[in-house]
Amino acid sequence: MAVKKICGIETEYGISTVGAVDPNPITSSSMLVNSYLALLAKKVGWDFVDESPMVDARGFRREFQLPPEVETHLVNTVLTNGARYYVDHAHPEYSSPECYTPMEAVLYDLAGEEVLRRSMAGAKKVLPASQSIVVYKNNSDRKGNSYGCHENYLMDRAVPFSKIVEQITPFFVTRQIFTGAGKVGTEMNYVAKEEVPFQLSQRADFFEEEVGLETTLKRPIVNTRDEPHADASKYRRLHVIIGDANMSQFATWIKVGTTALVLAMIEDGYLDGIDLKLSNPVAALRKVSYDLTLSKSLPLESRQSITAIELQYRYLEAANKYAARESLDSLGDEEEARELIKQWEVVLGLLESTPDLLSDRLDWVAKKRLVDGYADRHGLDFDDPKLAAIDLQYHDIRFEKSLFYKLKAQELFDTDQVNRAVYEPPERTRAYFRGKCLEKFGANVAAANWDSMIFDLGEDPLRRIPMMDPLKGTKAHVDKLLDSCDSASDLIAKLGS
Amino acid sequence: MAEREMIKKTPQPRTEETVTEESGAQGSEKNEKLKAELDDILDEIDEVLEDNAEEFVRNYVQKGGQ
Repeated sequence: MAVKKICGIETEYGISTVGAVDPNPITSSSMLVNSYLALLAKKVGWDFVDESPMVDARGFRREFQLPPEVETHLVNTVLTNGARYYVDHAHPEYSSPECYTPMEAVLYDLAGEEVLRRSMAGAKKVLPASQSIVVYKNNSDRKGNSYGCHENYLMDRAVPFSKIVEQITPFFVTRQIFTGAGKVGTEMNYVAKEEVPFQLSQRADFFEEEVGLETTLKRPIVNTRDEPHADASKYRRLHVIIGDANMSQFATWIKVGTTALVLAMIEDGYLDGIDLKLSNPVAALRKVSYDLTLSKSLPLESRQSITAIELQYRYLEAANKYAARESLDSLGDEEEARELIKQWEVVLGLLESTPDLLSDRLDWVAKKRLVDGYADRHGLDFDDPKLAAIDLQYHDIRFEKSLFYKLKAQELFDTDQVNRAVYEPPERTRAYFRGKCLEKFGANVAAANWDSMIFDLGEDPLRRIPMMDPLKGTKAHVDKLLDSCDSASDLIAKLGS
Repeated sequence: MAEREMIKKTPQPRTEETVTEESGAQGSEKNEKLKAELDDILDEIDEVLEDNAEEFVRNYVQKGGQ
């Protein structure tokens, strides 16, 4: 039985400082995070007189620290919704809390967008009137520089990594037909520009290896970073670096949902013996991204060949068998998981027949229609800068400027739900304990990590609470306890007894 | 805390908007609707688009990340 697919999304945003001469993106990113903290401090004073719902937990993870000369600029904070908000590689990054279902991951990714919007508004107040900081939820600057939108999924340590690589790689190569955020042009130097006026994915140009540890150079289709942030004898946390950041809520849901489902099937052996293995996954990745007809054949190691859609149908067929025989409990919500399989089938069917009908659900379809429509209307060439500008501005997250938000895409969550998720943690993972401890006892939290909380009770030593199981520390587990504690000392005493 | 009482147990998709059947007449009706919406956006897009597209695109330079 597959382990619960606890999942999260880590989004690095593109950042631009408008009106400044030679702006430093690290400083701007820090300013964004600090501006958000400043807004919160004010809000806290108004709404919860005795509480300090958030804390700046600087330097909580050694492996992410940059060289000392820039370290002083870095901001690293944990929010009461359980997320981490910080500066990474000269970009602001929001890592969602651990979510119990793919749908919940969509909600907390949207909460991250809202955090960034509020940060931009906050920064506007301290910057000179002629300047503003703007962020973009995309993955490339169109000049060969890419930044990621990563996903993570809890997996059973007992499943051999080589099996995961073999069975997930063809899925990653082909899922871009529905997860791709679309891009005008290509950033590959050796490809003639007119050959790729538009492609499905933002990221396909940047992957060079099948498997590896790198995330910033020679990016691999399957990343081997092994940081379970949990009991390493039981769990693995698959770190997925190949996705695009999606603006469409539906696209995020189907991306995370189908991936979680495929990983569950791998754990339960439902993909064993199916002919999926591509003979050259890296070449296939770009071929799929450049093929707007969705009909080109990809060679398999078995000497057969197959289209991206057909390959996806193989996974879907296995999913239907899986759903017929097994509980889908590992995806968190049985009903949601069954709806997901249904929608996956709808998407593949429409991609085969009338992809345009998916323009209210898939980013690449929506963006392509917008770009094509504009080019037709004004008689523009494929390389007109206006079209590239439309590509960038699709990913602007400010409602008044974003081209995505001008389109009437399907929404899975409304504003009220998103606004609540900006503060409230998911209830069915350890993110609940993290978030609520910060809300209630923030002044005593010295640091927070994915798998521990460190309290400063005003006396030596600091007290560390390990949280090695992502499924413990839920609302059901700790709400009564937290309600019964008046202070952090009280909490530590009760946990110790 | 009143805010806490308002929290729903599980975020649920707004399923009435989730289309499951889109074939034949229903599909072409939807296609017409999407086309009309696109036309409306194309009518207004110049008001929102950054003034100098060339400069906007050229100035958008990022340090590589993950």
